[in-house]
Amino acid sequence: MFLTVIGALNEGFLQTLRLFAVTLLGAIPLGLVISFGSMSRLTPLRWLARTVVWIIRGTPLMLQLIVIFYVPGMVLEGGSPWPGGESGRFLASAIAFIINYACYFSEIYRGGIQGVPAGQQEAGLVLGMTKSQIFFRVTLLQMIKRIVPPMANEIITLVKDTSIARIISLQEVIWAGYAFMKGSHGYSGLWWPLLFTGLYYLIFNGGLTLLFAWVEKKLDYFK
Amino acid sequence: MSILEVQNIEKHFGATRVLEDISFTLAQGQALAIIGSSGSGKTTLLRCLNFLERPDQGRILVKGETLFDAADPATQREADVRKKRLHFGLVFQSFNLFPQYTALQNVTLARELLAREAPDYKANRREIHARIEAQGRALLEQMGLSDRAGHYPHQLSGGQQQRVAIARALALEPDILCFDEPTSALDPELTGEVLRVIRGLAERRTTMVIVTHEMAFARDVADQVIFMDGGVIVEQGPPGEVLEHPREERTRQFLSRYAQS
Repeated sequence: MFLTVIGALNEGFLQTLRLFAVTLLGAIPLGLVISFGSMSRLTPLRWLARTVVWIIRGTPLMLQLIVIFYVPGMVLEGGSPWPGGESGRFLASAIAFIINYACYFSEIYRGGIQGVPAGQQEAGLVLGMTKSQIFFRVTLLQMIKRIVPPMANEIITLVKDTSIARIISLQEVIWAGYAFMKGSHGYSGLWWPLLFTGLYYLIFNGGLTLLFAWVEKKLDYFK
Repeated sequence: MSILEVQNIEKHFGATRVLEDISFTLAQGQALAIIGSSGSGKTTLLRCLNFLERPDQGRILVKGETLFDAADPATQREADVRKKRLHFGLVFQSFNLFPQYTALQNVTLARELLAREAPDYKANRREIHARIEAQGRALLEQMGLSDRAGHYPHQLSGGQQQRVAIARALALEPDILCFDEPTSALDPELTGEVLRVIRGLAERRTTMVIVTHEMAFARDVADQVIFMDGGVIVEQGPPGEVLEHPREERTRQFLSRYAQS
């Protein structure tokens, strides 16, 4: 029994990790694009970016998941565009998570970029540096230092938010733990699968916390 | 012959006229002090010289070459502005050192980035870097900071930070070094060390434009003084005239306010 449960939970947790990693890989660069859009001098572009951020931050992630997974099938001629089974559910979840987290990241980036004093840019200019030299040699690291704490917050939230993908039956770790409730063991069989589910999250987030503390310390050499 | 020639500079921010018909010349090796109350346009004038602001009217010439002419768009191309800035150095009121670099790296960074554009950079990389580092260390020594080369800005006092900023500006060997109220952000007990360094530069005949509130310092160091008020030059001449025997009523009022405080 123990091995069955652990095996199922491991599989669920692997799916959790996959969704977490894919979301980060997509949302970190997409967030930068959105943040540049929201700071653009072109008014329509700025408007578009800020409207998207408003809609995505203003509605629940769970609703966005349902919309992305079900609505295309309702409006498209050929039915749902998502591949059948777990792979389709994963793809839809990944897209919803990437868009959602990119919007949150974009606002963090914007704060980071705008938080670097204008004098830094001007000092670079009068020293004959190019715009890109100023960005990469002067501004970027100061910006990274500013965004590490809020990004750590969001990323730890992301680990736990992956459980929301259960709403479209993605077989992540909570889904795997919960599955035992419906099994022959009844409620008594639920206790330790759920306890272990909690431990997975705790241990993984513990690791992330240590990692971010290390990054913060690494960047502590300047103020 | 004058190294810097400013002709009829005018600058507006929206409907507000910040600079009006500003003209002056500066000879090689001379120090010009610009005085005036806040909002008189002194800082804007310095920013125009360093191409951080674009004047709406007028011309700026260095060594007879027209660097900027409001009437000639060919002098305003973004790609050329970067090179033109190198004629000027600027020391900011708030230092603006790069916090993630040591004092020495602050001084050498721009020089190293520029060196990469030289055609022989790849072949002589090592010597070029050694030369730039030696120059940086010599400048820090000249500023009395040889034991602070490895310190980060937040580990230095305000006066030390400003001296690093002066070394950083000197590293590019500008024709004209500009100071924007270099001691205004410092505690009173730290202004002396910065003023001493600037005085040393004046003795070495560094061409300088200094916006300052330190009247005694302006009298000692400057060869020429400009008094600005409301965006115009009210009076200019040698410090003995402008500061000791001002002709204009507005200059007298300004100076007496300073004498009282």
